Amino acid sequence: MSAPSGRWRRIRALIVKETRQVSRDPSSFVVAFVLPALLLFLFGFGISFDATRLKVGLVIEDPTPASREFLIALSNTPYFDVHESSDRRAFIDDLSAGKLNGVIVLAGDFSEKLARGDTAAIQVISDGSDPNTAALVTGYMQGAWASWREKRGLGAEAPPGQIEIKARFWFNPELQSRRFLVPGSISLIQMMIGSMLTALVVSREWERGTMEALLATPVGVVEFIIGKLVPNFVLGMIAMGVCVAASLFVFDIPLRGSFLVLTGFTAIFLMVALSIGLLISTVARTQFIASQIAMLVAFLPGLYFSGFLFEVASMPAPLRVFARVVPAYYYVPGLQTIFLAGDIWAVILPESLVLIVMAIALFTLTARKTRQRLD
Amino acid sequence: MTTLVAIDGLVKNFDASGPAAIDGLTTQIKSNQVTGLVGPDGAGKTTLIRLMAALLTPSDGVIKTCGFDTRDTPEPIRDVIGYMPQKFGLYEDLTVMENLTLYADLRGVVDPQRKDTFERLLAFTDLARFTNRLAGALSGGMKQKLGLACAMLRSPKLLLLDEPSVGVDPISRRELWRMVYTLIGEGVGVVWSTAYLDEAENCAEVIVMNAGRVLYQGDPKAMTATMAGRVFYARGAGAERREGLARALQNPDIVDGVMQGQTIRLVTAQGAPPPTPEILGVAAPVEIVATAPRFEDAFVAMLGGASKRTLSAQARRPVDETDAPSVEARGLTRRFGDFTAADHITFRIHRGEIFGLLGPNGAGKSTTFKMMCGLLRPSEGAALVDGLDLAKAPSAARARLGYMAQKFSLYGDLSVRQNLEFFAGAYGLSGARRRDAVARVVDAFDLTPHLNANAGGLPLGFKQRLALAAAIMHEPPVLFLDEPTSGVDPLTRREFWATINAMVGRGVTVMVTTHFMDEAEYCDRVALIYRGKAIATGAPEELQARVRSEKMPNPTLEDAFIALVEESDRQREAAA
Repeated sequence: MSAPSGRWRRIRALIVKETRQVSRDPSSFVVAFVLPALLLFLFGFGISFDATRLKVGLVIEDPTPASREFLIALSNTPYFDVHESSDRRAFIDDLSAGKLNGVIVLAGDFSEKLARGDTAAIQVISDGSDPNTAALVTGYMQGAWASWREKRGLGAEAPPGQIEIKARFWFNPELQSRRFLVPGSISLIQMMIGSMLTALVVSREWERGTMEALLATPVGVVEFIIGKLVPNFVLGMIAMGVCVAASLFVFDIPLRGSFLVLTGFTAIFLMVALSIGLLISTVARTQFIASQIAMLVAFLPGLYFSGFLFEVASMPAPLRVFARVVPAYYYVPGLQTIFLAGDIWAVILPESLVLIVMAIALFTLTARKTRQRLD
Repeated sequence: MTTLVAIDGLVKNFDASGPAAIDGLTTQIKSNQVTGLVGPDGAGKTTLIRLMAALLTPSDGVIKTCGFDTRDTPEPIRDVIGYMPQKFGLYEDLTVMENLTLYADLRGVVDPQRKDTFERLLAFTDLARFTNRLAGALSGGMKQKLGLACAMLRSPKLLLLDEPSVGVDPISRRELWRMVYTLIGEGVGVVWSTAYLDEAENCAEVIVMNAGRVLYQGDPKAMTATMAGRVFYARGAGAERREGLARALQNPDIVDGVMQGQTIRLVTAQGAPPPTPEILGVAAPVEIVATAPRFEDAFVAMLGGASKRTLSAQARRPVDETDAPSVEARGLTRRFGDFTAADHITFRIHRGEIFGLLGPNGAGKSTTFKMMCGLLRPSEGAALVDGLDLAKAPSAARARLGYMAQKFSLYGDLSVRQNLEFFAGAYGLSGARRRDAVARVVDAFDLTPHLNANAGGLPLGFKQRLALAAAIMHEPPVLFLDEPTSGVDPLTRREFWATINAMVGRGVTVMVTTHFMDEAEYCDRVALIYRGKAIATGAPEELQARVRSEKMPNPTLEDAFIALVEESDRQREAAA
């Protein structure tokens, strides 16, 4: 038999086999479809860095028309759920218990000071044990205070002679965190399918003793690897399709770049993930160990060091260096760019290059490490 | 006849500091015959087969398969061999046909020859009816046949079968041998590794291995023949036969002895006189007759004979003698939906009796066994231990039974002492009672030298002893064993049964499930379970007597098993 035709027949047979197994195995269905959906909805709906309806207590020590007006203004914003009292002690327990996110005190001389144009007219007490929310309460409160003063014709509070800063947010004007969380979670899903699923299906062959039988046939290393890569690559791309559709139609995230660039860029990242999975499977002989290693080397670094949950720039130097070997560190910013900004080649091209180099290096290492023997 | 595998000074070390798995082996495997690779667990059989298949690289020496050096040229070897690993190498989530197609593609069996090959193999293995069934849903015997079909797709020159008969019932095993003989006629060389010595007698040549070395190579009949005149049956010892066997084994003239139902089989040392009834030291008159040797006799003698170690049989206190049956199944029935896994199974086991539940895979043994242990609730009928219904008083009944699972439920990372202490605690023993219980089994099972070793690293024989010790920590009057010696070499098996015999001598009742005839022969009585029904119950000799005919004047227990199952099939078909 001629080598090339035999080789293609064997590769095709392995791909058909793998596809059949995937289609019959509920666990690969779970990893490929249920898990992505779960992650996507978790990040899309469950986790949010924005606050709406912050629970605050408003203490009005001396009810005046001005303070009443402030209360109404505050209640009318979408950000606050306002409870009212005339004594701050009424709220202190709730604040300690975490039932309130903050307490705003309009002191007895509120109207008096307001009329004079003094600055420290209100006091904001927030729960420092949750700094994120505390900052939100303070920030939103300042905003609400400023706009209320402006509306009353009191002017912004900036002392004369200082520069006034006005923020404008590009690409994500409503500052919805899901707009960058969802692209980030797509990277996790690709890692999951690429690394975890691939490592699992190979270690399963070891566990069930089918690897030994395969090794005794004329199947070569490269044929075996391709036989595993192709079906999982297709599975990963399908999952990406599901994610993109969900992003566009469920989460209302704009796709400002082109679909083609998105597909190509994801394909490169998926190759890196698949190579990691195959590399794991060269050392893991059981599914349990394979999933543990995949969790540690692929999933968790992708979660922490891609910059979509935690800002890499504010990490200590050694971690910043480490982040540079995490593939998601390059993929997530590119993905966010394609979704929110467009096909910005200055961002996508260098990141693609790094990922391609990673894929080639990992793939070569895998082909060398994959043994054709049992010892 | 040509040489298929040439092995010269072969060494395989997995661990530089440890002992070699294959230690300086030189031999040859020939075509047109079945070469049996025989030896106890850990002898190096699997390692040798993998070396022949070029799946392992030799540490030293040369191994050439079909003329190709396995070290430098593994690729051409894969084109000419067929290999069936221990787990058959099947994809359980693919159908029979999909498995065949996959391996045909991988081995380059293409149309038009493929169609003929498939037809031939499916007819040969009798799997044509099941082509659309998932391989995982096949019975053990059918899986094995499919594995063989996949290994034979491209008419190999050399077919390597690694323990093909483990976990397969006697009927399937017999069919497999028939298939392999057909291949021999076509010029294939077959290597068949096994821990079952009765299979060695089917081989043209055997390689007997122990600890990575060859003990014997040649015609198994010639090896068996060296035992001529040294094998005897002692009949008539009656109830004292177990003590008689233990006493006989202490005699320096006796190298081996086993129980075969009511009969004791004794093997004398080389040059020793025939045994006299006196060496058994029993009251009843004993008749000693010479009998034909088996391969197993020669094998055990070659490995130095059965262990002379005796147990200080203090594993339990003497029990009160009563007439009530110790264990009883009354019309035990279990249905799973429309399927009746166990159908009105009834038997009684008396105190101090070894009772076997015998049957092919999937016959309902395990279901029955689980109901007897109180792990499964019967749909109908009752299981009683010492008169206590397992469904009504589960904990009181379970406290009276010890259970040793097929896979020893030991903690490999704990030491022997820690395992024993854990199990003592699990049985509710504490303080002084726990210390006493641990000390008692350590003494009884001679575990002192290994007390601080991790259970996972113990030799198989010790693991088994430890598992048994853990199971009887609470001194149960009843002991349930689930295939206790399957895949265990003859020496370890003898040791295990010597322990069991000593316990039975003290009044313990034992129930065993098994599909191995070897284990069944240690039983006083067996119930043959088939398709959920107990189709025959009686002493092994009685079952053998039932099938005795002109064609089969001297049926073995395996012959009896097969004949009774076939008779049941015929009756069912006639009724339908």
